[in-house]
Amino acid sequence: MEAFAVLLKDFAIPVLIVSAVFIVILQLLPREVRTIFKRELTSYFTSPIAYVLFVVFLLVSNGLTFFYLGILESGEASLYMPYFQYLPWYLVLIAPAVGMRLWSEEQRQGTLELLLTMPLSPWHGILGKFLAAAVVLFGMLVLSFPIVWTINYLGDPDNGVILSGFIATFFVSLCFLAVTSVISAMTRSQLVALLVSVFICLTLWLIGLPPIADFIMNITGPFEFLKPILQFFYSLGMMPHFTELAKGVLNIRDLVFFASFIVVCLIATSVVLRVKRA
Amino acid sequence: MIEVKNLQKSFGSKLAVDGISFTVKKGEVLGFLGPNGAGKSTTMRMVTGFLPATEGTISIGGSDVEADEIAAKSKIGYLPESAPLYSDMTVEAFLRFSAEMRGVPKGEIKDAVDKAIATTFLEKVRHQSIETLSKGFRHRTCFAQSIIHDPEVLILDEPTDGLDPNQKHEVRQLIKRMGKTKAIIFSTHILEEVEASCTRAVIIDRGKIIADGTPDQLKNKSKNAGSVVLRLNGVEKSVLTKEIEKLSEVKSTDPVTSLYGEEVALRVFPAKGKSEKLVSALSKVVAEKGGDLKELKMEQGRLDELFREITKSDNEE
Repeated sequence: MEAFAVLLKDFAIPVLIVSAVFIVILQLLPREVRTIFKRELTSYFTSPIAYVLFVVFLLVSNGLTFFYLGILESGEASLYMPYFQYLPWYLVLIAPAVGMRLWSEEQRQGTLELLLTMPLSPWHGILGKFLAAAVVLFGMLVLSFPIVWTINYLGDPDNGVILSGFIATFFVSLCFLAVTSVISAMTRSQLVALLVSVFICLTLWLIGLPPIADFIMNITGPFEFLKPILQFFYSLGMMPHFTELAKGVLNIRDLVFFASFIVVCLIATSVVLRVKRA
Repeated sequence: MIEVKNLQKSFGSKLAVDGISFTVKKGEVLGFLGPNGAGKSTTMRMVTGFLPATEGTISIGGSDVEADEIAAKSKIGYLPESAPLYSDMTVEAFLRFSAEMRGVPKGEIKDAVDKAIATTFLEKVRHQSIETLSKGFRHRTCFAQSIIHDPEVLILDEPTDGLDPNQKHEVRQLIKRMGKTKAIIFSTHILEEVEASCTRAVIIDRGKIIADGTPDQLKNKSKNAGSVVLRLNGVEKSVLTKEIEKLSEVKSTDPVTSLYGEEVALRVFPAKGKSEKLVSALSKVVAEKGGDLKELKMEQGRLDELFREITKSDNEE
C-alpha cells in the first residue's frame, strides 16, 4: 500500500500535470490545429493500429525486461540498465509505425487535396498530426507503469531518476516521430514510409554507440575526408543526449537538442509538402 | 467573384495550362469542357489554391489566392475529381470535421451538417462508416463537404461522376439552383449537363480556352447548326441536289446516309443571312419535283459536334 502511495506521488501526479498542461496548450492553439488533432487521435483508435502497437510495445518492453533481461534477479534499484537502455531500440520500430500514416495516408486517399484547400496553413496540419501521434506514444509510456510498480514493490528506487528515464525515452521517441513525419510526407505508401523511417532512426541511434563514435573520431587513412561528414551525423545522434538524461542528469543542452531536432524535422515536413505540390 | 488572368502551369517542360483567363460572376455557372488531359483539373486545382500557378493571377472575391491564401480559400467550396474522403470516419463525423475546419461557428455546426445531408440525400447513410459506402454515396458525401459552409464560390470537378441517372439529374438541378446565389465552376465530360445547368461554358483543349460562350452560342458555332436535313422519296437524288444547289438561299449540300434504304437524304447549308428562308425555299423545290417528303428538320447545332470539331486534332495525334 505504501508503494502505491509513492507511485501516486512520484508518477501519477507528474502525468496528470503534464496532461493538464498539454490540454491547456491545446486550447491556446488555433482551432484548426485542435480539429486536426482530434480527428487524427480518433482515427488511431477507430482502427486497430493503435491497439496493436500498444500491445506489441508493452509486451516487448515489459515482457523482455521481466523474463529475458532478468530485472528480478538483477537486484538493482535502478531501471536504467535493464529497461531504459533498451527502450529506444524498440521505439526505432514503434515510433515510425505510429507516424507512418500521418501524411502518406492523406496522399494515398487523396484527402491531402481536401486538407490543403481548406482555409488553414500547412502548419496547422503538421502540428495537429504530430501532437496526436505524440499523445499515442505518451499513452504507451504511461501504460508501462507495471514495471515501475514492480521495482517499487521490490525495493526503494530513486523515482526521480526513473521519471527522467521516461522523459528521455519520450523525447527520443518524439525525435523518431518527427523523422517519420518528414518521410511520410514524401510517399503515399505507408510501408515505404515505415521502412525508410526505421532505417534513418536506427542510423541516428546507432551512430551514438560508443564503438561507432570512437571509430568516427579516430578515422584516418584514405577515408579521412569523410570525417567531417560523419562527425556531422554523429552530432545528430541521439544516444549521448539520451544516456545523460536517462541517468538522471537533467541538462538544458540535451533538451535543446531534442527540441530543435523536432522543430527542424517539422519545418522539413512543411518544405516537403510544398515541394510536392509545385 | 472569380477572376483568373493569364494562368499558366508547367510540369517540368510540359505546359499543362497555357494562358487561361476567365471571370465568373455571382449568379453564373461556368461549365468546363474538354478532352481528358486538357488542363481542366489542373486549372481547378490552381483556382482552389492546391497547386501553385507558374504564371498568372487568381482572385476569389477580391482575395488573391497566393498572397491572401486563407481568405481566398475560406470563400471556396471544392469537390476534387476523385472525391477523396477519410474512410475511417462516419459520414456525419466527416461533415462535422469539415464544418469545423471551414470555420462554421460551433453553435451552427449541427444545422450545417443536417442541411448538407438533406441537400445531398445522405440521410440513409448518416451514421455509416465512409469505408462501407457505395461510389454514389461517397461522391455525394464529398459534395456535401463542399457546400457545408455555404461558400460564395463552388469549384466542382466532375460532380456527377459515378452517379446514376436520377442522381445526376438531382445534382444538375442542385447546381442550377445554387448557381443563382453563388459563382460556380464545374467540369464535366457530359455535354447535356452543360446545357442543363450552365449559364456559360468554355471548351479547353491542350491548356487553352478554344471556345467561350453561352450553351446556345456554342451550339450555333457547330458546323451543322442552322443546316436543314431532308428525307424524301420519289425524286432522283442527283436531280434534286442540282435543283437545290441552284437556289440563292443555299450555300452547299452534303449527302447524308439514309437509314431507310431507298430514300434520298440530304443536308443543306444555308447561304449567309438566308437561313430563315431556307425551309420554305426547299419545300417549294420538293413540291415542284413531286417528291414525297418524309422529314424536314432544321438542326439546332449540337455541343458534342462542336466539341468534336474543335478538339479533333487531339485524337488524330
